[in-house]
Amino acid sequence: MASNILGILFDGLAYGSLLFLIGVGLSITMGLMNFINLAHGTFAMAGGYISASLSQKSGMPFLATLPVAFVGAGLFGLVAERLLFRRLYKAPHLDQVLFTFGFVLSSIAAAHYFFGAGQQMGVMPSFLQGQIRVYGIDLGRYRLLLIAFVGLITLALHLILSKTRFGAQVRAAVDNQDAAAGLGINVGLIFSLCFALGTGLAGLGGALGIEVLGLDPGFPLKYMVYFLLVVVVGGAGTIRGPLIAAMILGVFDVAGKYYVPQAGAFIIYVLMIVLLLAFPTGLGGKRA
Amino acid sequence: MIRRQFLLSATAALVIAFPAFAADTVKVGLVLPMSGPFSQYGQQMQNGIKLFMKEHGDVVAGKKIELIVKDDGGIAPDRARRAVQDLIVRDKVDVLVGFTFTASALAAAPLAKEADKAMIVLNATSSGITAANPYMIRIGQTLPQITEPAGRYAGAQGYKTIYTVVADITAGHDAEAAFTRGLKAAGGEVAGTLRVPAQNPDFAPFVQRIKDGKPDAVFTWLPPGEATINFIKEFNQRGLSAENIVMLGTGDLTDELTIEQTGEAGIGVVTTGHYSMAHKSPKNQAFIKAYLAEFPNHKWPNFMSVSAYDGMAALYRGLEKTGGNASGPALVEALKGEKFESPRGPIEIDAKTRDIVQTVYVRKVERVDGTLANVEFQEFPASRDSASQ
Repeated sequence: MASNILGILFDGLAYGSLLFLIGVGLSITMGLMNFINLAHGTFAMAGGYISASLSQKSGMPFLATLPVAFVGAGLFGLVAERLLFRRLYKAPHLDQVLFTFGFVLSSIAAAHYFFGAGQQMGVMPSFLQGQIRVYGIDLGRYRLLLIAFVGLITLALHLILSKTRFGAQVRAAVDNQDAAAGLGINVGLIFSLCFALGTGLAGLGGALGIEVLGLDPGFPLKYMVYFLLVVVVGGAGTIRGPLIAAMILGVFDVAGKYYVPQAGAFIIYVLMIVLLLAFPTGLGGKRA
Repeated sequence: MIRRQFLLSATAALVIAFPAFAADTVKVGLVLPMSGPFSQYGQQMQNGIKLFMKEHGDVVAGKKIELIVKDDGGIAPDRARRAVQDLIVRDKVDVLVGFTFTASALAAAPLAKEADKAMIVLNATSSGITAANPYMIRIGQTLPQITEPAGRYAGAQGYKTIYTVVADITAGHDAEAAFTRGLKAAGGEVAGTLRVPAQNPDFAPFVQRIKDGKPDAVFTWLPPGEATINFIKEFNQRGLSAENIVMLGTGDLTDELTIEQTGEAGIGVVTTGHYSMAHKSPKNQAFIKAYLAEFPNHKWPNFMSVSAYDGMAALYRGLEKTGGNASGPALVEALKGEKFESPRGPIEIDAKTRDIVQTVYVRKVERVDGTLANVEFQEFPASRDSASQ
C-alpha cells in the first residue's frame, strides 16, 4: 500500500516535471517581459521537430538532439522576436493575443506543409525504457530523466537570473525599462535574449515531451491550456511559482486519475480554480 | 465590376452549355478531409480513388467519370454540409463519395436525400447512419461491427478477468458496449470498466490502475493518434506486456499509419479489424504493389485507401448495372445485395440496411520481414453491425 502511494507520488512528480518543462519558458517570455505569448507551443513544437528529425533522419542519439532542440528553438525565437514580436511589446494585450494566436495558426499550417499531419516518432534509447525497482517501487527511467531535467533547469535558471550580470540586467529591465536604459543597459538586446531563452526552453520541453505528448502539427493548440495553466497558477515571472504549481497539479492529477478515475479529467481544473481563488497572483507571484 | 460581369456571363454560358455534355459524364463529388489533423485520411482516400481509376479507366457504361474534390477539414459537419450544398447546387454532381466522420455524413444526408443523390460513405463508423438517407451506402466499416468480434474472441480465450478502457466520448461508449455484447455472447463478462478523458497527456495513472488490478486482458478504444501510441507505449513501459496482460483493441489501434510510431511496444497487441496490409490474397498483394508504385512518397495504404478503392468499385459496378444512370434511386437499387472481392477480402452491401457486410479478422502485431504488421490468424466471416439490427 505504501509503495503504491509512493509510486503514484513519483508518477505525479514526473508528470508535474513534464508540465514544468513545457511551461517554464512561458513564465519567462510572458512573466518577465509582460507579453501575452500564446505562441509558446509553436516554439515547443519547433524543438520537437528538430529532435525528431535529427533522430529519425540522421540517427543522432535522443539525448544529443536535446541541446540542438534548445539552441534551434532559441534561434527561431530570437529571429521571430527581432522581426515580429518586438513590435508588439507596447501594444495592448488583446493585440498581443490576436497576433500570437495568428502566429500559432500559421505555424500549424507550416508544420503541416513540411512534416505532414502524422505523428512523429520519438526514438528513445533502450536505457531510458522500462522501469527500475528502487526499494520496492517501480520507477520509470524516462520519468526519472524528466525529474532530473527539472532539477538542472531550475538550478541553472536560478543561477542565471540571480547570480550573473545578465540576470541583474534582466531584473533591472523588467522593473523599470527607462531607468535601466538610462543606466546604459541595452534593454532591447536583453529582451531579445530573454525571449530566446524562453523559446529555447520551450523547444527543450517539446523535445523531451515527444515520448508522452506525441508530436503533430496540432501540438501548439492541443497543449496550450497546459502551458497557461502552469504559468497562471504558478505566477508568471518567477521560476519557483511554476515549479510548485506544476508539481501540485501533476501529483493531484495523477492521484485523482488513479483513485477516482471517473472524475479524473476535472481535477486539474478544479484545482486551478481553487488555487487561483486562494492565490490570485499565482503561487510565487509578486505582481499580477 | 466589368470583370465580375464577365465572370458571371462566362459562368452562365458554362451552365447553358453544360447539358450537352451531361449525358456523357457522371460527376462525382468527393467530400474528404484534405486539410487539418485528419488530412492523412483524405490523402489515403484520394489515392485509393485515383488508383482505382488508373486501373479501370475513367469511362464506365459509356460515361466519363469526372471528380470534384471538396475539403471538409476533418470533424466539421458544417463544412461538410456546405461542401455538399456547393457540389449539388453549383457543380451539379450526380453522386457523392467520401465522409470520414459520422457527424459529416449525417449533416450531408438530408441535402443528398432531397436532391435524390446517392451517397457512398467511405468511413463514418457509427451504427445505423444509412437510415438518414435512403440513397446512402456504407462501404467502409462500422465501429460495433469490428469491435464485437474482439469480445467474442476474448470470450473464447477463457480469460478470467477482462477490463475495458475507452475514451469518454460517444465512440468510446459504443466500443465498450459492442465489446461487452460480444463477450457476453461468448460467455464472458467484463470485470472492470475505465472511461478516460479523450484528451489526456499522460496515461500513467490509468495504466498503473490496470496493472494493480492484474487482469488477464484489457480491451482498449481511444481516438487514433497520440492517445493510442502513448497508451501502448505506457502499457509496455510499465511491464504489463511482460506480466502477460493481453491488450485487445480494434484495427485503428494498430493502424498501418501509426504502427511504426508505436514500435516494438506494439508487438503482441491483438486487434479485430477489416483490413490489414498483411492480408494474404492475390487481390491485396496486387493492390499494395500498385499503390506503392503509384504513390512512392506516401505512407503505406491503410483501411482508408482500401475503402475509397472499394467505393469506386461499387460506383462502377452500379453504373454498369444501370447502364450509366447515376440517379440516387437507380444506383442504390442496383447496388443492394452487391457482392465483390476487395483487397480486404469478400464484401457485400446488405440489401436491406445498405450497410457493409464483411469478414472481420483477428490480428496480432508481429515483425514480418523487418516491418511491423497486423498478421491475421482468425476470421469472423460476414460480420454485420449488430447494434443497428
